[in-house]
This record gives sequence, C-alpha cells and structure tokens, in this order.
Amino acid sequence: MLELCGVSVSFGTLVALQPTDLTLEPGQVTALIGPSGCGKSTLLRCVMGLVTPNTGTVALDGAPIGAAGWAAARLRMGYVIQEGGLFPHLTARGNVSLMAEHLGWEADRIADRIDSLRGLVQLPSEALDRHPGALSGGQRQRIALMRALMLDPALLLLDEPLGALDPMIRADLQRELRAIFTDLGKTVLVVTHDLTEAARLGDRIVLLRDGDIVQTGTLPDLRERPATPFVTRFVSAWDAP
Amino acid sequence: MKALLLLVMAVLALPSAATAEPVRVGSKKFTESVILGEVAVGALRDGGFEAEHTRELGGSRILWNALRSGEIDLYPEYSGTLVQELLDGEPGDLSTAAGRQPILKRLGVRELSSLGFQNTYAVGMLEPLAKKLAVRSIGDLARHPDLRLGFSNEFMEREDGWPKVRRVYGLDALAARGLDHDLAYRGLHAGNLAATDLYSTDAEIAFYGIRVLTDDAGVFPEYSAMLLVRDDLDPRAVAALERLGGRIDRSRMVALNARAKLDRTPEAQVAAEFLGEVGVDVETGQAESRLGLLVRTTRDHLALVAISLLAAILVAVPLGIAAARRPRLGAVVLAAVGVVQTIPSLALLVMLIPVLGIGAPPAIVALFLYSLLPIVRNTHSGLVGIPTPLIESAIALGLPDSARLRRIELPLALPAILAGVKTSAVINVGTATLGALIGAGGYGQPILTGIRLDDVSLILMGAVPAAVLALLAEGGFAALERALTPKGLR
Repeated sequence: MLELCGVSVSFGTLVALQPTDLTLEPGQVTALIGPSGCGKSTLLRCVMGLVTPNTGTVALDGAPIGAAGWAAARLRMGYVIQEGGLFPHLTARGNVSLMAEHLGWEADRIADRIDSLRGLVQLPSEALDRHPGALSGGQRQRIALMRALMLDPALLLLDEPLGALDPMIRADLQRELRAIFTDLGKTVLVVTHDLTEAARLGDRIVLLRDGDIVQTGTLPDLRERPATPFVTRFVSAWDAP
Repeated sequence: MKALLLLVMAVLALPSAATAEPVRVGSKKFTESVILGEVAVGALRDGGFEAEHTRELGGSRILWNALRSGEIDLYPEYSGTLVQELLDGEPGDLSTAAGRQPILKRLGVRELSSLGFQNTYAVGMLEPLAKKLAVRSIGDLARHPDLRLGFSNEFMEREDGWPKVRRVYGLDALAARGLDHDLAYRGLHAGNLAATDLYSTDAEIAFYGIRVLTDDAGVFPEYSAMLLVRDDLDPRAVAALERLGGRIDRSRMVALNARAKLDRTPEAQVAAEFLGEVGVDVETGQAESRLGLLVRTTRDHLALVAISLLAAILVAVPLGIAAARRPRLGAVVLAAVGVVQTIPSLALLVMLIPVLGIGAPPAIVALFLYSLLPIVRNTHSGLVGIPTPLIESAIALGLPDSARLRRIELPLALPAILAGVKTSAVINVGTATLGALIGAGGYGQPILTGIRLDDVSLILMGAVPAAVLALLAEGGFAALERALTPKGLR
C-alpha cells in the first residue's frame, strides 16, 4: 500500500530522520511511537508531502510519488492532527464538505456522505452547523475525522489525534477509533507518544529513537523480546505504576 | 498588475487632458497673489477670453513648474523671486527685464511689464517694542541676541532670505524658527515673536502698527510685481494683460490687500472694484454660499479619498499576498512601501507635479502611495499569522494554491486586511487636506483660505468636516469589519 524507502530528513545540521524503510500493508494499523523529537511526526509529514525528504522515496501502491504527484496522492489520504486543524471560519459541515465542493460533488451526494460519516463518528447533527470554536474537543476530533474520511481515502494519517483531550474522553475515543478502523478496513498510520494508546489502536507498533526505527512489533513483542535496552526502559516507564 | 496600474494612471490623467480652451491663471497661496490672479482673469475676460483661476496653488516653485509644463498659462510673480530663486544659476544679466527676456524665452516663458509696485521682503517689529529697544535697522537686532525671531518657511529657506540677512548683518546669535506667514503676524501681536519677515505691501503693517526695519546693506533685491506668461500665449491675451502694466502702485496694492484681508471682501470682488476704477467692467459672479462651499469641498474630498483608497486596495492586497507567499520579495515590497511612507507629504505632492501636473491627479497618486503601506502590511501579517497547522491541513486536504488562498487564507486574514484599509482611510482623509496646496480642492481649501485671511470660521469649515469624515471612516470600516468577519472568527 505505502512504502518508504531510505527516506531521510535533516534540517540544516539537525538530523530529524535517519534513512528509514517502512512498509504499510493494506488494512494494517501502524502506530508510530517514541519520545518527543524522535522523528515520528517528521516521518508522517513525509508521507503527507508536507516535508520533502533529503533522500529516499515515498511510494503509493508501488509507484513513487514525484513532485507533481502529491496533488493526486493527497486525495487518497486523510489527515487528522491534534486539535483537529479545523478552519475556524467555516462551520463543521463547511470543514467536512470543503474538498468535495472543490471537486464539484453534487449537493445531494455531499449531504448523503456527511450523513453516513456522522453516524460513523457518532456526532449529534446540530453540531454540524456550529463553528469549531463552539464545539468541545472531542467533537472537534470527530469532525476532523469526518473531514479526513470525506473522500473515502485509502490511507488515513493521524498525528496525535487525541493528544489534547481529557483522559476519560480519550479512552472512549480510542475504543471508537479502533472500531472505526476495523469497520472501514483502511490502512492507518497513527502517531502517538502514549504506549497504551499505541497498543489499543495499532496492529503493530513502530518505536523510534533519534530519527531511527529501533523496533517494530506488538506490545508483547516489545515487552518480551526488546531489541535494545532502550526498548526495555521505554516500555517499563509505561508499566510502572 | 502593471496593466492595472497603467489603467489607474490613465483614468487619473483624464480630467487634466480635457481642459485646453480657457486661459488658465494660477496664483500663490497668499492674498495679494490671489487678488492679482483675479485681476488678470478680469482683464482677460474684458479682452474677450475665457479664463479660469486656480487659486492658492502653493509656493513659487510649484507655480513656476506648472507654468513651464503648461498646466497654467500665467501667474503673478516678482522680479526678485525670478532672479534669486527661479533663474538662479542661469548665465547672463538677470538684473533687468530686458536682460532676463532671452533667458525666459528659451524656457518658454515671457515677463510682462511691471504692474507698478514693489513687494520686497522686509523685517518688522511692533512699534512699541522697537521703540523700547531702539531698533531702527535690521543690523540693530544684533544687539539683542535674546530676541525670538519667526520667519515664513519660504523666507527661512531662500538664499536671499534669512540665510543672507543673517550673514550680512551678523545675526548668528539669534534663534529663528519657521512658520506660516499669516501666523507670524498673530505671533508678533501676541508677543511670542519679536520680529518677522513682511511683504512691503502687506495690509497688516498699518493694522498692527509694525515698524519696518531699514535694510541699510540692501540685502533684499528688487521685487517688482508682474505677470509671467507662457511664451505661446495668444498675443491678444497678452495685449489684454499688458493693459494692467503700471496701473497698481504700492499704496493701491496695500489698499486692495486690506480690502480682502481685513474687510473680508472676496478677492474676485476686490479685483472687480479695482478694474472698475481703471475702466474695466467685469461681472462678478455670485459669491459662493457656505453651504455651496461645504458641498463642493465634500464632493472633492470624497473623490480624492475614494479613488485613491480604491486603487490602493486593488494594488496593495495582491502585493501583500505576493509578499506573504515569497518572503524575500516580501521584504523588498514592505521596505519599498515603507520608504514611500517616510516621504513628507508636501514633498511627495511637489515631486509629482512635473509628472502629473497640478490638481487632483497628483493628490490622488500621493494619497494612493500613502495608503499602500497599512494595507500591504496588514494583508501580509494577516496571511503570515495564520497558524501553520491550518495551512498544512489545507494542503493535506489537497486544496490547490488558488483555492487555498480564496477559501482559507483570505477569509482568515480578512479582519487584518480590513483593519489596514481602515487605517489607510483615516490617514487618507487627513492627508487629503494637503491636496488644496496643489489645487486639488477638498477640505484643505477653506482651511488654507481661512489661515490666509485669519478667518477661524472658514478654517472650521474645513477642519470640522474633515474630522467628522475621519470619524465616519473609522466607524464605517469598523462596522464593515464586524459585518464581513466570518462568524467563527468573532
């Protein structure tokens, strides 16, 4: 589905990402985790084309995405960030339908699609006509998810999607998100700094440190067969009471 | 963009191109010049010519340039100004009219016969103070280095003004500051100033009881009044004007000045009375009512502000967008419009006259240039200030550049852009009053005339509407800002 091959990023002398290979299988949910500054967001932004790698290629369905290919590629990706990144001057509905309108969808088709997405993310219908400033954090993230899913993308990219929410709402939404991922069968790449969240959401966890992938596997893999002493330290920090 | 600018310039140039027919008379921004302008208009009309008078255009340099560029056909001038100021550096004998004629001819200008009086510079003090300090000549001032002197701005600057007086009479120890000629009399009267420069035909000399100090060293040159005309002016018009030669002596000029300045008689009527005395019958039009004046100046002022502001919005918003898109270009653009803002408004107006002539076009262009900075800067900062996550969200959605600008960036920057337009509008309303100095009309005109005639009510006729208009602009744009700001941003 998506393949990163020798992708590296540096900003001046600062190396944000060492040459990295990563493959996402169709329908697989991959959680990127690591301490802050480890390069997990940079990696996600490379996939989105928001950061241009110094080396390496990003390939979608086997075809490398060239400079001219991003416009088309982005229509096949949905993107959610912390706090949603919703446009404050548009209503929730305006945010969700923006791209479909730009692509010239019929009004009925847009309304039907929004209706089904609203059911999927369990958003009360009156919330659709509010501006982001008048919505709760949880509602904002639901709308951001609707916006990302609007064009039915093959790949869903989430950067700390629940990072700004209360712990209780957060736990609920983790469960809901996981259910949505399973329902839709999308290929998902989610960035989080929370190991519990990574384990709940992801089929597998990719642990980064200093711009390098340290280990890939499930939480039990990381716990029982740590690749380096760092993995043990990282996991035990979460296991500690 | 370039085409747009050219279009704007072309539209602005239209009015000046359409008026070729009547003989155009100009005058400087002091009463005597305005009266002489009216006298010339009367003489021309009596000679069968259409004539129009652009009053109170500004200083010598503005009139001289307007004459040479063909914006006006004639204006009253003084031989001393011609010699010391306008022809300074030209070779040949400048001291006589005959000596000057070939030089003037080469410049496309012709000097008519002296009108019959001198209006030279002089330095004066109130009689009681002069008596107390025993000051009789300019040189006596050196004995009183603590005296405060105030001179008209032009006198301060001119080579044959204060610099020469100071040098010749050794007055280096005395402090002098520049101010408006008409305000100087009031300063003198109120005791704020000990001495000021005068014109020897000023009506105020007798009125305020001023002692004219003797110029023992002969610093001030001959300032014989005459009309300067374009060399290509119709000879019959010249003949009509030449009938004025030698007809006005100094005492008559003082009387005419007093009629206008102290009795508050409109200059056109003063001129008509004089012409009647010398046997030239002129019809004086109905004097303009205060309401008529208010309507006319409001219309002119609004036109100046609206056209310049609209053009500025059309140019500045795209410039601000370009500046936000390309940081290096942005630095250049912001620096350039910033530099324009530092040019003193009067200097900018005068600089534009050789290119655009006198009247509304240079004023509109100057206001347009001043309006750019607030709008460009606010458009730029409004766009640059949009949080990165929002921009990246728009990119990630797949919105192309143009749609992103239209649907996301401009709406988010709109409050900042409108605040910039509001700032420009308010500055514009105030600055537009200076347009009167170059014949653009507007609220500056009654202010200018009011200062010249010491008529506070006339000054208020310009100042109050200008202040009200500024407040309306502020309030109107604030309301527009509220109405247009997207709901989610309030």
